[in-house]
Amino acid sequence: MMAKQINLTIDGMPITVDEGTTILQAAKKLNIHIPTLCYHDDLCVAGNCRVCVVEMKGSRTLPASCAMPVAEGMEIQTNTIKVRTARKHIIDLLLSEHNAKCTTCYKNGNCELQELAAEYKISEPMFIDLVPHKNYQMDAYSPSIIKDDSKCIRCQRCVRTCEELQHVSALGVAYKGDKMKISTFFENPMFEVVCTNCGQCVNRCPTGALVERNYVDEVWQAIFDEDKHVVVQTAPAVRVALGEALGMEPGEIVTGKMVTALKRLGFDSVLDTDFSADLTIMEEGFELLGRLKKALVDKDPNVRLPMATSCSPGWIKFIEHTYPEYLDNLSTCKSPQQMFGALAKTYYAQKRNLDPAKIVSVSIMPCTAKKFEADRPEMRSSGYKDVDYVLTTRELAIMIKQAGIDFASLPESHYDSVMGASTGAAVIFGATGGVMEAALRTAYEVVTGREVPFDGLNITPVRGMDGVREAAVKIEGTKPEWSFLEGAELKTVVAHGLTNAKKVMDAVRDGKANWHFIEIMACPGGCIGGGGQPIPTNEEIRKKRAEAIYREDEGMPIRKSHENPEVLAIYKEFLGEPNSHKSHELLHTHYKERQRY
Amino acid sequence: MSNNFLRRVDLIFDKDCDFKQVLQSAYQKSNDEIINELLESGLKGRGGAGFPTALKWKFTAEQPDPEKYVVCNADEGEPGTFKDREILFQVPMKVFGGMAICAKAIGAKEGYIYLRGEYRFLLKELESQLEVFHALLDEMKIPFRIKIIMGSGAYICGEESALFESMEGDRGEPRNKPPYPTVSGFRKKPTVINNVETLVYSFMIFRYGARKFKELGTADSRGSKVFSVSGDTPKPGIYELELGMTVEQFVEEFGDGDTKAVQVGGASGFCVPRKKFKDTIIGFEGVPTGGSMMLFNSSRSMFNVLHNYLEFFEEESCGQCTPCRVGCQQLKLGIEAVKKGEKHANYLEQLQKLAQTMKITAKCGLGQSVANSFFSIVENFKEEMIY
Repeated sequence: MMAKQINLTIDGMPITVDEGTTILQAAKKLNIHIPTLCYHDDLCVAGNCRVCVVEMKGSRTLPASCAMPVAEGMEIQTNTIKVRTARKHIIDLLLSEHNAKCTTCYKNGNCELQELAAEYKISEPMFIDLVPHKNYQMDAYSPSIIKDDSKCIRCQRCVRTCEELQHVSALGVAYKGDKMKISTFFENPMFEVVCTNCGQCVNRCPTGALVERNYVDEVWQAIFDEDKHVVVQTAPAVRVALGEALGMEPGEIVTGKMVTALKRLGFDSVLDTDFSADLTIMEEGFELLGRLKKALVDKDPNVRLPMATSCSPGWIKFIEHTYPEYLDNLSTCKSPQQMFGALAKTYYAQKRNLDPAKIVSVSIMPCTAKKFEADRPEMRSSGYKDVDYVLTTRELAIMIKQAGIDFASLPESHYDSVMGASTGAAVIFGATGGVMEAALRTAYEVVTGREVPFDGLNITPVRGMDGVREAAVKIEGTKPEWSFLEGAELKTVVAHGLTNAKKVMDAVRDGKANWHFIEIMACPGGCIGGGGQPIPTNEEIRKKRAEAIYREDEGMPIRKSHENPEVLAIYKEFLGEPNSHKSHELLHTHYKERQRY
Repeated sequence: MSNNFLRRVDLIFDKDCDFKQVLQSAYQKSNDEIINELLESGLKGRGGAGFPTALKWKFTAEQPDPEKYVVCNADEGEPGTFKDREILFQVPMKVFGGMAICAKAIGAKEGYIYLRGEYRFLLKELESQLEVFHALLDEMKIPFRIKIIMGSGAYICGEESALFESMEGDRGEPRNKPPYPTVSGFRKKPTVINNVETLVYSFMIFRYGARKFKELGTADSRGSKVFSVSGDTPKPGIYELELGMTVEQFVEEFGDGDTKAVQVGGASGFCVPRKKFKDTIIGFEGVPTGGSMMLFNSSRSMFNVLHNYLEFFEEESCGQCTPCRVGCQQLKLGIEAVKKGEKHANYLEQLQKLAQTMKITAKCGLGQSVANSFFSIVENFKEEMIY
């Protein structure tokens, strides 16, 4: 059905829009910029900050354009003296409540309040500084996220993110009036509550109230320490987003430039998480096939299906808190980051003849939860902390800027070896559905000896931005050792964003699911939309990053994990075979139940 | 009453009312007839905003959604107001009756009373009265039920959309409007929300007829209204008075001979100084009020009065929107700074501009109405703000 058309004028210009459109959206169509703060493309409308107020003919009050739907014959003015005065007052009020030590703020130069203050030329504070009257406290205990209430403008973007996108609700509004603040259950520190460390709040916070805990200085320290051998691994989703933080357009593939930049920063070896992503596929693929055999042939009642991916540390913490009875459904595989870390101080150290005690292992991740993951006590199977420092995409951009590197003009170079080789299958780990697609490419071929029956290896049903996507692959013409799977249909489901994870897990819990394999990524869009990725984010940007991921895959000479030569080599030289004893020692783990409150 | 101009009426507290008979006769009318009768009466909402009650019912009745609600706002929190408490204490059946008539007019099966947290002491009695009421409904074969939901003591929850949020178990924060409750209220369903007094008057209009109600009051302010009188008065209490009197007439009756100002409508209302007593009508043509009338004599510091109000708002703002949350703090600190001489007296003008911004940009009535007392006190008692 066609939506009803509404005619209105904005700043004297007539426009016709669908019923239900807001004034803000209508103005955007006319290329009129209305400033906003609490508004975010990904979130429900709040109308809290009131920065976007406009004048509406016949109305005593100035409505917030983000929250006001259009109506027939409406006459809107977006830039009158009344509007300007009101906006300036509002910005001034926010500044009066805000710790405006911008020069020493982590978000300096990337803060929406700061931009707005500049736009409205706030030179002199109009009102009394309220900061000394407040008992602001900083929560800096989480390894992933730092919360500084003195910088909070109470727009509630983080609250809406945590509740709507993630169904976690670790953040909520507490108290009222002048004491109103964004807080946690019983005001406990973030690391003691249900927070999954996903960082989606960080990605949407307009100021410096929520930021990642940054380890830039520690990494510089390690780089400049002559005694240390610093290896760096870069996650698949970083290479399609890093450019944004350095002035490039969303969706640019900057893999080669990034490698060059990392070498110039002084890392001793620049390696690729994609290598261990391929390894993950081998371990996880065989684990799945093993579980299917146990279930179908051995009729083992203890085998847990569906099996769920374990790459996303935000998802892991979510299931630990929310569905602990399904922990055994998780693949026992560590995430690619942690597999890499464990191998960096064992296999890599052996190959390069290095003392693992002197290796500093750094990872560049699109993710804030990876910082928490690296700190887990389970993640020391090399005998050392497997990954020493995790930097987000944003932090890497900071280092590149600090080093004075002109990123856009860098030549391209290749990853080092060993543990630098990768495939298209590993690259697509960066987008939602990617792990599933990579696993299917390998599992199908292992079982049948033939390529997965999709056009050009592109398993399109698992791609895209729908919250929950199902796909089934019929297995035909199996090799003799896999004949028990002949004619079976492998049913899979992919979910991204924890609200969708909940939908999938509820279906499993309620017995409404017949899937064998579940892929869940904590962040919208998967890692390309991770909490450590460049700000801003919205669906359009995430789609561009995902398209870049698939372009990168198409351009790779090898697109199946089991054909990665370095992966084949590590099994031959070091691990034996997938799910071997050694693999389990280094590459697999178990997780634990956590309290919901 | 000593004053000829002040007519004390006794519509709602009248104990002789045959409750069942009024309900029966209302239920014999068609939905349109009920709404038309109410329209004819000219009744405006008694919460302060004064929206025509019949239109609220009509808009809700017109919604196609079969699930609708009638909600009684008994979250009386305005400083100096205690009339709803008295109504609920004395004539709860009439409140229930008003809800039942509304339910018939709009097609609702369920009604809710949102009772102020501080009025928990009324709960037991109200619930036992509800049992009687429900038994009567059963006898009359009226499929309608009322439940009571307790508030927790937040002033903002008297704001209708924050009240719905609270009823739904969420934090009491106002919603964006539109949509209005008539389209999307409790559980996002079409809802009539009236305060206690409005519902009582709705019921009484079906006892006395619209015409009799309309005879009382003025063209803009029909009928009578319940006032809670407090402050410097020898006669504090609850009075039902005909609308249309001037502040001067009111002060003649209730003042202590030394009244310098009357705060009409509580903290969110207007302060009327003595020089304006004569020309100010209490009602929609003058100063509207939810019922709170506070008298101040010359022993009172108007700075302290305003400071108290601002302290109240600073604490009772939900904190959601910027103009209200930060604006209230700035107004309070601002007048303190002027009083202490830390800011020049002309800073008051800056604060008045801020109050103006709050009035036009705050998300809900709370933030918008802070300006009322601020303007009227600062303008009329400026020297008290400075020296």
